[in-house]
Amino acid sequence: MRFLRAISILLTLAVIAAVGFLLIGWRSEIPPDNQAANAQYPPDLVAKGAQLAAVGNCIACHTEPGQEAFAGGLPVPTPFGTLYSTNITPDPETGIGRWSEAAFVRAMREGVDREGNHLYPAFPYDHFTWVTGEDNKALYAFLMTREPVKATAPANDLVFPLQFRPLLVGWNLLFLREGGMQPDTSQSEEWNRGRYLAEGLGHCGACHTPRNAFGAEDRNHHFGGGEAEGWQAYAINASSHSPVPWTVDSIAFYLRNGWHELHGVSRGPMAEVTGNLGLLPDSDIRAIATYVASVMGEPSPERKEKGERLTRSFGNGGANITTAALDENKASADLSGHPGAAIYGAACATCHESGRPQPYGGLNFALSTAVNAPNPQNIVNVVMFGLPPGDGQPSAVMPAFGNTLNDRQVADLLGYLRARFSDQPAWTGLTDLVAKTRSGEYPVTVLASDGIERAPKNVGAKE
Amino acid sequence: MTITLNVNGQNHQVDAEPDTPLLYVLRDDLELNAAKYGCGLGQCGACTIMIDGKAALSCVTPLLVAEGREITTVEGLGTIENPGPIQQAFIEKQSAQCGYCIAGMMMSAAALLKHNPKPSDDDIRSALRTNLCRCGTHMRIMAAIKRASELMEQAAVPAATNRSAG
Amino acid sequence: MDTFNKAEITRRGLLAGTGALVVSFSVANALAQQPAQPPAAPAPAKPPALPGSLNTDRFLDSWIRIDADGKITVFTGKVELGQGIRTPLIQVAAEELNVEPGDIELITADTARTPDEGFTAGSQSMQNSGTAIRNAAAQVRELLIGQAATRWNLPADQLKAEKKTIVSPDGRSIGYGELVAGEFLHVEAQPQSRLKTPDQFSVIGRDLQRVDIPGKVTGGVAYIQDLRLDGMVHARVVRPPSYSATLKNLDASTIEAMPGVISVVRDGNFLAVVAEKEYQAIKAMRALEQAAEWDEPANLPDQAILPAELVAMEGDIGTVAESGAPAFPNGPTFEATFTRPYIMHGSIGPSCGIAIMKPDGTMDVWSHTQGVFPDREAIAQMLGLPEDRVRVIHVEGSGCYGHNGADDAAADAALIAAKVPGRPIRVQWMREQEHMWEPYGPGMVTKIKASVGPDGKIDNWAYDLWSNSHGTRPGDAGSLLAGRTKGNATPLKLPKLSINPNGNGDRNADPLYAIPNRRILWHFLPDMPLRVSALRGLGAQPNVFSIESTMDELAIAAKTDPVEFRLKHLTDNRAADVVKLAAEKFGWGRNEVPRGHGVGFAFARYKNHAAYLAIALELEVEQETGRVRVIRAVSAIDSGQAVNPDGIRNQTEGGILQSISWTLYEAVTFDRTRITSTDWSSYPIMRFASVPDTVEVHIIDRPGTPFLGTGEAAQGPTSAAVANAVRNAIGKRLFDLPLTRERVKTAIGA
Repeated sequence: MRFLRAISILLTLAVIAAVGFLLIGWRSEIPPDNQAANAQYPPDLVAKGAQLAAVGNCIACHTEPGQEAFAGGLPVPTPFGTLYSTNITPDPETGIGRWSEAAFVRAMREGVDREGNHLYPAFPYDHFTWVTGEDNKALYAFLMTREPVKATAPANDLVFPLQFRPLLVGWNLLFLREGGMQPDTSQSEEWNRGRYLAEGLGHCGACHTPRNAFGAEDRNHHFGGGEAEGWQAYAINASSHSPVPWTVDSIAFYLRNGWHELHGVSRGPMAEVTGNLGLLPDSDIRAIATYVASVMGEPSPERKEKGERLTRSFGNGGANITTAALDENKASADLSGHPGAAIYGAACATCHESGRPQPYGGLNFALSTAVNAPNPQNIVNVVMFGLPPGDGQPSAVMPAFGNTLNDRQVADLLGYLRARFSDQPAWTGLTDLVAKTRSGEYPVTVLASDGIERAPKNVGAKE
Repeated sequence: MTITLNVNGQNHQVDAEPDTPLLYVLRDDLELNAAKYGCGLGQCGACTIMIDGKAALSCVTPLLVAEGREITTVEGLGTIENPGPIQQAFIEKQSAQCGYCIAGMMMSAAALLKHNPKPSDDDIRSALRTNLCRCGTHMRIMAAIKRASELMEQAAVPAATNRSAG
Repeated sequence: MDTFNKAEITRRGLLAGTGALVVSFSVANALAQQPAQPPAAPAPAKPPALPGSLNTDRFLDSWIRIDADGKITVFTGKVELGQGIRTPLIQVAAEELNVEPGDIELITADTARTPDEGFTAGSQSMQNSGTAIRNAAAQVRELLIGQAATRWNLPADQLKAEKKTIVSPDGRSIGYGELVAGEFLHVEAQPQSRLKTPDQFSVIGRDLQRVDIPGKVTGGVAYIQDLRLDGMVHARVVRPPSYSATLKNLDASTIEAMPGVISVVRDGNFLAVVAEKEYQAIKAMRALEQAAEWDEPANLPDQAILPAELVAMEGDIGTVAESGAPAFPNGPTFEATFTRPYIMHGSIGPSCGIAIMKPDGTMDVWSHTQGVFPDREAIAQMLGLPEDRVRVIHVEGSGCYGHNGADDAAADAALIAAKVPGRPIRVQWMREQEHMWEPYGPGMVTKIKASVGPDGKIDNWAYDLWSNSHGTRPGDAGSLLAGRTKGNATPLKLPKLSINPNGNGDRNADPLYAIPNRRILWHFLPDMPLRVSALRGLGAQPNVFSIESTMDELAIAAKTDPVEFRLKHLTDNRAADVVKLAAEKFGWGRNEVPRGHGVGFAFARYKNHAAYLAIALELEVEQETGRVRVIRAVSAIDSGQAVNPDGIRNQTEGGILQSISWTLYEAVTFDRTRITSTDWSSYPIMRFASVPDTVEVHIIDRPGTPFLGTGEAAQGPTSAAVANAVRNAIGKRLFDLPLTRERVKTAIGA
């Protein structure tokens, strides 16, 4: 199946690429700028670039855990093989130390490197093409003032003949909409700013929008939920499954702090996003929240009512949690005999019913998107691998239960959580999913819950 | 309810509620001292034991899930008269100050050495990341685990030689 | 190790059950009331000073007993807190008694059995108890030799003590046990002892393996948490959600009906449950937490402006040290404010206490307290019992690093036991309770102004510190949480400003350096909005952090290498020796420091009269996140006569790592009502990922000189060395602890 699909994709790309060459031809090399790495950049510009790099979360993909920041080498698994992120430190030999600003801007806008090679769209230039010249200038200044590191990423390991980069011309013709964003004048300046950040540098859709057979985002399901590194990137449009509907305020708080009392803590790849947003001014955070909330739209009256009820019970730092509140979400069926009940009692309730506020106390599962989501992968991941502690930082810590519970027991527990804390239909195939996650057949990247594990040289980070 | 537990190779009948954390059963019912109560939240590792040869936190392990599985505690690594290699290494390197965290450290180490007999410093740091020590004995704990690896290797070599000779 | 007998031990039982000397064993406090006891000569108005704690417990048999069968028992009023003190105490006794360490059983603090040595604190166990035991042992040895000499009618100087016997040149020998009939050792110690000289040592100075480790690594009964007394039941306390909360409403009827529940105890704002099994008690505790309704005033300081809040609490001002007249005309002057937050002891094992109220109306309490006698006083007062009806027995707990929840857990157990008599009550604190209720190391603010004269040396130094008292240990019921929350409560006695050579908040506030004009003031903060008490080093950590940070800045101003600069101001050769040794072993100034790395140096003599410690370290600062990791640390320590060098290394390594954790990560957090550092999530400490690659401890042994103690010497210098290395790495000084990644990143900028 996979092979046939790959063949058909390749044929399509090859045909389009052939046409593409005729139309747009090869990209030329941009001459090396030997002064680029040694030039002086205004500190204000560098500081602005730092904020933008945080929005772009550049450090997450361009740093291998335990290695130097921005030095690349991180394997990025794709359906088409494994790519390795590149060194974007200003090292002249192995990094981008000889790239002129023009070369940098071309890479961001067109996905073409200084030598004229096409880059693979794992580098989200289909989003970065929105970035303005001014912002690219700042990003460039920021990267050129990083610590140069001599490091060459391993060669990509892709299915034949995707090593042949000109094929990407075809992909670009199909999916790349080059150029800047046209402001929507019917919306506020804040909304437009948010859209620029979220759709451009922030590339939210890269994870939160499902992908098609070509590995491109499916524009018909914008923000409809995708997948990243073994984690479900939840739908952040009208089909969001969060029990309490998101608002501008709650999104902004979540992005700023990495948690929200009615939604829990960010984790998996999202922990890196929130962990790295530290430098971004509140106004930009608010703008992103405004835009994303508008994409989610107004919740249905039923969702809204349920959300308000849950907020009354569990909001306000947990101050209102009472026994009654805890019982409120209990399913009507008696679950005391459920095989997951005793597991929940000893393994989960100590933290998740402690009444200790977020982010350090466990989230009450009535509020959990993971328990209410159609795909149980995230809660499987969290149960199996826990939330590893941030290093020397206050951070949510959850133990890994992978060694404690066998596949059947994890499935029992999750079945219990679903039955007790959600009005959604039971999940199916849980035991199998747990087994595949445990064996690594379904690979999952586990990150510390402060979300900055990848950036620093951290000897403890290797798993 | 009555549950049969296999701890350090021996079966025990335990009468307790199924949601009782295994830690309290080990300590109070079976009178095994090594696994310690440190946080009850799965954050500090003082209660670490092995379940089926893998490190697990007994303070958040429901008794129910332990039935039919092999539980190992520090008591199963050796005795004061006849310490096992990990215990011997911790004594040799004097790897304790107050020692309260040490049993948990040793069980994390035991689980590590089972699948990685020659761990690097980074491997050790990674395997012990869930174990907290407040006295600052970390350097000696790492040294002891390396030493335990040597002792286990030495113990394995003569055995292998004997077998081939026999 | 000290195996614990399940059978209840009463003093009567003890007296009846042991050998020759035991009948007369008694502690000095009791003897003081018996005028018939003094020896022939009329009692002098003031008895001569005796070495160490012998001065307060003056009879040899308070310290050392020998049974008829030769069994040697040594008594100390000090306790094992994880610092490994048992082993060197045994070593000094074995050395002077000329026996093997294995021949000695050491009994630690027990109000019914051992001398009263107050608290085990201040790194003073070797000075006080070690000195007492060593001198007592030497005097016992000489008495034994003298006794044998009398029996054999030989000159004493021809006899030798070895292997628990006295031997004569002609080959006769007689065991220690045979020589000790009657009240032989019930004699007052002499001011002078015939101590062995360092060249005669065979046990002192040896890396004797710690006696407690084998039991601890094989699952022995090693801690109070491991005691299982016959009939023991499990209690859990429900503490108020915040310091000043009062119980508004409680319906406990459903909890009393829960499985296994024996009793719900309510006394004022003190709430507890007692159950047959431990997890039953925990479940009942959780239910009780849900059921209790509290009134909570919002009366904590604003953490966002904590330094200003602390300074505003100023009460009396005391002069810690003053010489010359600091004035700041024109030279290069450095001026700064440093801050330290409240930090935690953070014992890995939450506190535990066990108590039983016996049918005869006496109470036994087992506790990991630092001081059994003061704890007894406080508990007796809380219960309204005469002190002699309460016995407090020390059993080791998890490492405490000062005054943690130990005494409180003991008091909880005692209060519950008084209401549920007849069975041993075991109170185990939960993790959240230890985090929220232990008395923290106080938050502090220091302000410094110092200048360098034309000769490149410091000429003026003005230093002000704002601090609570660091000591609210037991002695009265108000120091105990149970005493403070029960009905008919005893309020906490507010400590008063007191300046003495041991120091408190002002410990190490006066730099050891030669500075002609100095003035050091303690702005005393009488109110304690957060519960505080003694944490390893007391004020020494913030003070040395401030002083040694300043020394580096002044060295930069004077364009002098920081090590050189310190040496220029040190007049004490032993101080200079540790500085030179640490610098040399580190390779200070010899290697180029890689980009992104920094090196730092610091020195202090603990309390200005105890151990000398200097440390150099190298760290890396991750530019993108501000995260700091110490790569290697090299220290040199002079603790006087080293009894167990490996014990000194172990304690110093531990002090260094713990201080790195304090310095980089730790701060107790709170809102206006509650403590919000409730677990290891919200109060992170060092984990293995951040541990240095290497830590070296080099000991300068000073044979024949007094013991100086070790345990707390590293706390201050390590903090300062980390701060100085961060300064070296990023070119900017940080003044506020902890040096979190956010603060470092902010200082670095983009």
